[in-house]
Amino acid sequence: MFDELRDLYDSVILERGRKPRNGTKLAVFDAEAKGDNPMCGDRVHVFVRHEAGRIAELGFAARGCAVSVAAADLMAEAVSGLSDSEALALGNSFEKMTKTGLGDEQSLATLRPMAGVAAYPSRIKCAMLPWVALAAALAGEGTASSE
Amino acid sequence: MNAMSKSVASRTFDIEAIRADFPILAEKIRGKDLVFLDSGASAQKPVVVMEAMLHAMQHQYANVHRGLHWMSERTTEAYEAARDAAARLMNASDRREIVITHSSTEAFNLVAHSFGRGVLKPGQAVVVSQMEHHANIVPWQMLRDAHGIELRVAPITDAGELDMDGLETLLADGKVGLVSITHMSNVLGTYTPVERIVKLAHAYGAKVMLDGSQAIVHRRVDVQALDVDFYAWTGHKLYGPTGIGILYTKRELQEAMPPFMGGGDMISSVSFEHSSWAEAPHKFEAGTPPILEGIGLRAAIEYVEAIGYDAIAAHESQLTEHALARLSDIEGLTIVGRAQDRGGVISFTMDGAHAHDVATLLDRQGIAVRAGFHCAEPLIRRLGLDSTSRASFGVYTTMGEIDVLADTLERVRGFFG
Ligand SMILES: Cc1ncc(COP(=O)(O)O)c(C=O)c1O
Repeated sequence: MFDELRDLYDSVILERGRKPRNGTKLAVFDAEAKGDNPMCGDRVHVFVRHEAGRIAELGFAARGCAVSVAAADLMAEAVSGLSDSEALALGNSFEKMTKTGLGDEQSLATLRPMAGVAAYPSRIKCAMLPWVALAAALAGEGTASSE
Repeated sequence: MNAMSKSVASRTFDIEAIRADFPILAEKIRGKDLVFLDSGASAQKPVVVMEAMLHAMQHQYANVHRGLHWMSERTTEAYEAARDAAARLMNASDRREIVITHSSTEAFNLVAHSFGRGVLKPGQAVVVSQMEHHANIVPWQMLRDAHGIELRVAPITDAGELDMDGLETLLADGKVGLVSITHMSNVLGTYTPVERIVKLAHAYGAKVMLDGSQAIVHRRVDVQALDVDFYAWTGHKLYGPTGIGILYTKRELQEAMPPFMGGGDMISSVSFEHSSWAEAPHKFEAGTPPILEGIGLRAAIEYVEAIGYDAIAAHESQLTEHALARLSDIEGLTIVGRAQDRGGVISFTMDGAHAHDVATLLDRQGIAVRAGFHCAEPLIRRLGLDSTSRASFGVYTTMGEIDVLADTLERVRGFFG
């Protein structure tokens, strides 16, 4: 009955949404911010630890829908090893992909399971929430929202 | 102005005939029948409302209250008939007790600003409950911060009912000037015991404002029998247009209340030194009012009156009972709030599936529900939740639609399970 929904609920998203691999607060971190979408109730708290000017580790605590949790989980893997500006650039490419459904760049490989969100305009903000939280953390701001 | 319009011819409750009055219900969503279970957010409109507004624009439209010409006079009559219809619907004793606003939200801001600053004194308190819509929270917080009014919050029970003992405790010191509480929760569907609330508050010298945004859609409201001081609701949930709301205000309170907004229509004379206010209700209605919306709202009120609250309430309780029974049978689904007296607004959560994901799956089957905080974040937090899915019913909702919802939810469970 929901077969056509597999475009949004890719098996990766279902799995990551249920059991995120990086969904823990970091004990040691040097940047953090909260993403909060008050209209819908999704929340994610992002923690970042840098090493030698690069993101060494990203962890998060999230309460939200499968799309926002999976987006945070994949983001954690995608930005590991990147500089801040590379991570932000990746966030921009990701945002384009969520809107167009297109994104062939090699850098988007990890994130590609999220591309189906483009067909669900009301859910793009769910996918973007962890990314705006990351941008806020890197900018030294405490909070962000993608609503 | 014209006299109260005659009461409206009644009709028998025939769900198919009612559905035929709402053309949008025949729409298909991605090839599936629309199952619209989001009337609590905003209801669909019957043809009579559309026709009334269209007729005005095609044949009889000008600004109101000011023109000396035919069009303006006729339009003023048609617009003012909305006030009469609202007065009749709520059994107000005097049409001047009906202030026409642009929404419930504006009604709360009006009372918070005008009654709050003009009548309440710093050091007094306003009581709201834990199950309020943000429209009945934020204006009081703004009043608190600007005017030194204390804001107190009456507790609810885990079942989602107002804790009357808790309310009385808050009233005990006699400092409370106003109790502002919902008549029906837009999240839990709970009806509050409004007669008891009014009696209790009055016994402690407090005025009472009720948020009837949800309640008036399903139940007869009699402001005189209730003896309530303020009663607010919004047109678009009662099958009328957006951009119009109603604030009933007891006549004896209006004199002491200063205007809310300044502008045209609300003054009797203006010079640069001084302006004097028009009489209520116009004192509270600055600027060109929602003319077409008023014309549409009158048609909506007459539509509701023709069906009648007895039939509407009976239909609602039948739907609610059926929905509670069907949804309770779904494993892993939890209905949020179990009030004794409750109506056609049902929130639920599902194990392993976030409310958004549930809503997206339902949407793919043509079923419209709302998911999230429902503009009642403090309530959702009080219940220890992040969000809920909410199905809400209208006069056109069918038992079959509830079955479609329940059957689909069974499958949603399988998808995430
Ligand atoms: C209980 C309640 N109060 C107030 C409102 C606010 O209505 P409006 O947005 O039309 O002002 C709503 C609707 O959203 C509601 O459900």
